[in-house]
Amino acid sequence: MPANAFNNFTDYGIGIGLRSPHYNHILTRKPVVDWFEIISENFMIDGGRPLRILDQILEQYKVVQHGVSMYFGSAERVGREHLRRLKELVKRTKTPWLTDHLCWGSVDGRYTHDLLPMPYTFEAAKITAQKVCEVRDFLEVPIAVENVSSYAEFHVSEMTEWEFLNEVVERADCGILLDVNNIYVSSKNHSFDPFTYVNSVPAERVAQIHIAGHSKFKKYILDTHDHPVIDPVWKLYARAIERVGHTATLLEWDDSIPSFDEVHDEALKANRFLASASLAAAV
Amino acid sequence: MKLLSLQRRMARAVMTPLTRSERMRSVAPDGRSMRTVASRIIKPNDRLTSFERLEIYNRQYWFRVLSAFAEDFQGLRAVLGGRRFDAMAKAYLMDCPSQSFTLRNLGSRLVGWLQKHPAWAGSRQNLAVDMARLEWADIEAFDGKREPPLKPEDLAGVNPVKLHLWLQPYISLLALRYPLDDLLLEVRKDASELDIASNTFSERHKRKRVTQVARLKPSPIFLVVHRLDEDVYFRRIDGEEFAILSALRAGKTLNAAIESALRRTSIAAKDRAVHVEKWFHTWSALDWFCRQERHLKNEKAALR
Repeated sequence: MPANAFNNFTDYGIGIGLRSPHYNHILTRKPVVDWFEIISENFMIDGGRPLRILDQILEQYKVVQHGVSMYFGSAERVGREHLRRLKELVKRTKTPWLTDHLCWGSVDGRYTHDLLPMPYTFEAAKITAQKVCEVRDFLEVPIAVENVSSYAEFHVSEMTEWEFLNEVVERADCGILLDVNNIYVSSKNHSFDPFTYVNSVPAERVAQIHIAGHSKFKKYILDTHDHPVIDPVWKLYARAIERVGHTATLLEWDDSIPSFDEVHDEALKANRFLASASLAAAV
Repeated sequence: MKLLSLQRRMARAVMTPLTRSERMRSVAPDGRSMRTVASRIIKPNDRLTSFERLEIYNRQYWFRVLSAFAEDFQGLRAVLGGRRFDAMAKAYLMDCPSQSFTLRNLGSRLVGWLQKHPAWAGSRQNLAVDMARLEWADIEAFDGKREPPLKPEDLAGVNPVKLHLWLQPYISLLALRYPLDDLLLEVRKDASELDIASNTFSERHKRKRVTQVARLKPSPIFLVVHRLDEDVYFRRIDGEEFAILSALRAGKTLNAAIESALRRTSIAAKDRAVHVEKWFHTWSALDWFCRQERHLKNEKAALR
């Protein structure tokens, strides 16, 4: 049974990010993995080895697309070329849902290639929701937006980050990719209670969850995806699963990438929480 | 403040070059204090000022684009030297910030920019431009479009006089003033070995590479940057081959391409047919020609 209307894929279980250092291991050893998340932009190309490898992966595994440059929150319109290429890839992967970030990163046609934080205003929520709808209508695939880690807050903000997230997803009627590591990072950088955030998210809209590691500096925390998941993040994950039920979960590890087995073992730690969610649902 | 206005202000600040010590500048490009710019849009917290919070994004932007750019142009870095390359990269990215959703296209305007700004390469201008062309061609070959290869049966019924042959889109034809193909392969080999090397080893290889670049003399070569079984290759070709392939890419018919290419050749007239046959045999074996359905249909229709 799907846990909610935006999560028809409870059988997806635990996935990991498809990263080039692991290609050879995956294609030769064929490890059992529930699903892989790909970075869409790495495959929005015309040809060559990346697409050949993707096709080999698609023959054996389920794949979900995750984007890093749709910039739902940018005031400018989404590029038609971007959408065309993304749609081609959606047809190739048959991704059951598609995710990208609740952020901005380009203005006047110039790209920062970063996930810049949103000002939490009603104007921004309206513009962002319109773009989510536009992209969903063009791609004809369910969309879930991911909360980002942030290091700055704006004077103009009119609400909290979780209120802004709720405002956008209600207006766009879309799903949420809940990144509990990002919630933890932002809670430390902006001094809020991360459980308030997790408890405020509409559980019925959570389509997927991200877990990851981060790096601590003296005055702030940076979302680096280069460490194992720390206990406080697992606790947030446990609370999220308690609220939303069995949900597709993905471990992100993008820098200083260890062996495939190490990454996969870290991801599989999520099983203990998912198992209790399944048990609770059965009771 | 409206969303667009806020995003413009923040993007301007984020894309402002860092100081030499890789910190955010105290003065914005328009002459205003960066502290004022930051404090107008970003809240401070109990640990960081508005300036410091904005600086995190400013530093992340430059670290990200500079490292992606350096990864794509390792050969150019070897030609210019690390310090000059880093300064050139900042100047280029200031003039030509990314206009694409993918970092893959970061260097798409580099060749033209280097030609307009010769001061960055000084006496190595030609060498630098050639290397940038080669490295961009390599990027294009890696993930460029591959059309269905042309097969003999595709040519059945086509008038040879009016026949056009189309090159695969991922192929680049380069006339270089320096024999850079070997140097680039050597630089990349060094880079992959350095991933696991000690400092001493790294220093030795760096000196070897500097010597190689310094000794490189102009010696024109013709190169095809192509892809075979998804690996990118550099293949040196003769001037006549280059002329035929360039003419075909420019849209000349097969006959016209061969005629114009061999007009000033030193190959004896009696040997030309053998050469041409051998060249076409090799090019076809490498799948360099592709089907262009629209054009083939037009040519067959014209024959009827």
